[in-house]
Amino acid sequence: MTLDATITDGLRWTVVCPYPRLEPERGVAALVDGEQVALFRTYDGALYAIGQRDPIAGAYVMARGIVGTRGDIPTVASPLHKQVYDLRTGECLDVPGVAVPTYRVRCRAGLVEVATPAVSRPMADVGGAR
Amino acid sequence: MRSEKTSGRLVVVGNGMVGQRFVEALRSRDTAGRWQVTVLGEEARPAYDRVRLSAFFDGVSAEELNLHRPDDGVDLRLGEPALAIDRDRRVVRTGAGEYRYDALVLATGSYPFVPPIDGVYVDAGPDAPGPTPRLRPGVFVYRTLDDLAAIRDFAKGRRTGVVIGGGLLGLEAANALRLLGLGTHVVEFAPRLMPMQVDEAGGAMLRRYVEELGVTPHLGVATTAVRSRPDGGLAGLTLSDGGWLPADLVVVAAGIRPRDELARAAGLELGERGGVRVDTTCRSTTDERIWAVGECAAVEGVCYGLVAPGYAMAEVVADRLVGGTARFPGADTSTKLKLLGVDVASFGDAHGRSPGSLDVTFVDPATRVYAKLVLSDDAKTLLGGVLVGDVTAYPTLRASVGGPLPGPPLALLAPSGDGTGTGAGIAALPGSAQVCSCNAVTKDQLVGAIAEGCRDVPALKECTRAGTSCGSCVPMLKQLLADSGVPLSKALCEHFDHSRQELFDIIRVRGITSFSRLVAEHGRGRGCDICKPVVASILASLGNGYVLDGEQASLQDTNDHFLANIQRDGTYSVVPRIPGGEITPEKLIVIGEVARDFNLYTKITGGQRIDLFGARVEQLPKIWKRLVDAGFESGHAYGKALRTVKSCVGSTWCRYGVQDSVGLAIALELRYRGLRAPHKIKAAVSGCARECAEARSKDFGIIATERGWNLYVGGNGGFRPRHAELFAADLSTEELVRYVDRFLMFYIRTADRLQRTAAWIEALDGGLDHLRSVIVDDALGLCAELDAAMARHVESYTDEWRETLADPDRLRRFTSFVNAPDVPDPSITFEVERGQPVPARPDRRPVALGLPTRMGVTN
Repeated sequence: MTLDATITDGLRWTVVCPYPRLEPERGVAALVDGEQVALFRTYDGALYAIGQRDPIAGAYVMARGIVGTRGDIPTVASPLHKQVYDLRTGECLDVPGVAVPTYRVRCRAGLVEVATPAVSRPMADVGGAR
Repeated sequence: MRSEKTSGRLVVVGNGMVGQRFVEALRSRDTAGRWQVTVLGEEARPAYDRVRLSAFFDGVSAEELNLHRPDDGVDLRLGEPALAIDRDRRVVRTGAGEYRYDALVLATGSYPFVPPIDGVYVDAGPDAPGPTPRLRPGVFVYRTLDDLAAIRDFAKGRRTGVVIGGGLLGLEAANALRLLGLGTHVVEFAPRLMPMQVDEAGGAMLRRYVEELGVTPHLGVATTAVRSRPDGGLAGLTLSDGGWLPADLVVVAAGIRPRDELARAAGLELGERGGVRVDTTCRSTTDERIWAVGECAAVEGVCYGLVAPGYAMAEVVADRLVGGTARFPGADTSTKLKLLGVDVASFGDAHGRSPGSLDVTFVDPATRVYAKLVLSDDAKTLLGGVLVGDVTAYPTLRASVGGPLPGPPLALLAPSGDGTGTGAGIAALPGSAQVCSCNAVTKDQLVGAIAEGCRDVPALKECTRAGTSCGSCVPMLKQLLADSGVPLSKALCEHFDHSRQELFDIIRVRGITSFSRLVAEHGRGRGCDICKPVVASILASLGNGYVLDGEQASLQDTNDHFLANIQRDGTYSVVPRIPGGEITPEKLIVIGEVARDFNLYTKITGGQRIDLFGARVEQLPKIWKRLVDAGFESGHAYGKALRTVKSCVGSTWCRYGVQDSVGLAIALELRYRGLRAPHKIKAAVSGCARECAEARSKDFGIIATERGWNLYVGGNGGFRPRHAELFAADLSTEELVRYVDRFLMFYIRTADRLQRTAAWIEALDGGLDHLRSVIVDDALGLCAELDAAMARHVESYTDEWRETLADPDRLRRFTSFVNAPDVPDPSITFEVERGQPVPARPDRRPVALGLPTRMGVTN
């Protein structure tokens, strides 16, 4: 795969897709530097990126959850068993102590970019090796 | 004081309602398993609900009446009646052997009393030995399921039936004969119907109801003889007033007598009017190792023919056998029942026999309600009463017997109209008042259960058993829950204060077509995984087009979003529609080829179709392209929608089938396919009464009759299985479809989120009767609207998968990674089990199965 990436402040910013490719209140999965990332666009247009792996079920499905709010918190619910996560912090709001990783995400020149640490991990750490 | 024996061998003779209750009560107390329990039952069936026996004629099966719960700690021997008790050796003898006992509980119940009427027996006459000498053909008693089945079979093709006995059981039997299509007469020796329960004025009101139903009472006369025709068949009855009553079938329901022949032969003391004489601990007055409970027991000489006192006795003996000190407190002989469509209740001193008692009577000829309260001489204490026609006040009144009146007498008796009839009643009840008399549950116990967290009627039933027998106290349970301030919020979630039904009406009436407008005008925030799928379902039910267009896509759960069913590893399963379970070999081959080419795990479902597992999101369109090209369409296994209409093979092939069940199932499945609902909807059509399609376990089930179709509604399998109930009988196909249309549309409009039809009907005020009035009689004036809504659905149906494949924008969703659409999700891996792919899991080692491995084996 050929992906555009720039390195700023020790972060590797990977271009993922044009902004309009994201539907409001729906997620997509992306492969960023070998990691599975779930990207969301909320109703107000803001972008969030969290780990694609559901930490409770162990499957890579978070991008397929329903996006909404709890109070003022933007959320996504796991599509498998509906635990709700804070899109900003990755914290699970239903099960204390459970969280998904979060990633920095931005929109530049109409393109959505996700940041990972500049030193990437080898592919073998990804995916099937659960 | 005697020291109680609290362990050893326990033999229970009889597995009726009370015998069964005794065993359950003992087992729940005897947690250490100190009693080794053997139960001997005469009937081949385990205990069943004899109180609801007549429901058998409404289509309720023997299985549904079953009360027996399997218990590994109990040796249940059915069809093995006890023949004798040897008290010296402490054994019970049966045809199969002997059972030693350290304690013996008699729960033999009663037998139907047959008066000495000339010609009623085959030969021997009324003095023949045993409780039930052989009745002549055409004469029946009304006691067991076998009796009822025999009556049903004999009634076929006959015209007139007579019931001897106008009491409670007699009127039930009369209703049964009426339902079987016989012209029905009731002969009662007393001058009124139900003489034990109601007074003269109540009896007169009852008579009017009964006559209107076409049942003819003959009161104040006895039957003197049963006469035969010259060919030996039944001709009719002669009456004590010289009258003659032609009859093809006779049911004797003249009362019951205790089954005490075992006790009598064993030399136990009996009551003056029969029954095993016991003290208030239910122990035999002759033999301290023998106890008696239920209708066969004469507690201090008195026999009780109702189930509630029997249950109370069962609890007493169970308590005593584990060292307790319970005593039979005397019985509540209150009854409430629906006879021939008339509600009748009597409670306490219904006949005003207490010295100086006063009557307050209320008669309304217009609504045909009769009510009487019996009060103490100072008019302050309620002693008893009779209600005919409207019994809504019964639960409150019954619980108030012996205490102060819960309100002014006339306010208590006048029909309340609010359906609960309890008014301020229950709040006025003392804590010790029994709310459920069948299971002896007090108001205090219920209040306690609510305080401990019971939040609804099912939870209260589970926790206290209140309301689980006759159910008459359920309105009081609801009232208690409401009074206790349990928050029964109807709010769907934090984003809407409305129930699903209210949202449906808002969306429909205001013509709202988007979630954003709905939540902006009627809610708050941006929704969640609860309200969004609900709104998506409502929009789909109201015909807002393709379920994934525009904003609707963001409302859908992942299953609806990918039009497939998510599985534990994040893959999806695919279920093509196979209407009625009928499929050509060519199509079957296509499914097989697709499964093989995409390496899908393949399994036959319970709904007569085929589920293909292990598809990744990006494979779904390719799989469906092949299926759609071969003529398949979405099976909506992923949706809260109609799933399947299962069928048996029907009259086309089956030698028993009476209608084309497959044809009807296919037509119905095609009619309702794609219909979005509050929950999944399952259906089935059986081609005859053998019911091979299991239609009564479905939301709507249809069973063929020789004259048309019987429609059943409100069944389901799942966590809490229910049998569907008969909604209407012998319908033409056109009537059937019309009723099902309305049933489904009314359900879609008014049910709660994720509420199956069974729970929905249960929650409807008025239940199945109300549903019938809405659908058949158009009581709410809704039918035209419901019919039009269904017509729109049928007309606008399109296959979601065909539409998806036709649109590149829609297909874009089916990608693994937005920036690497050619890379499959690397986390999805399979292993092989029984020749098929299954999700690979490190914690799962299917091949090992605990078999010894060669490694590490040393000799």
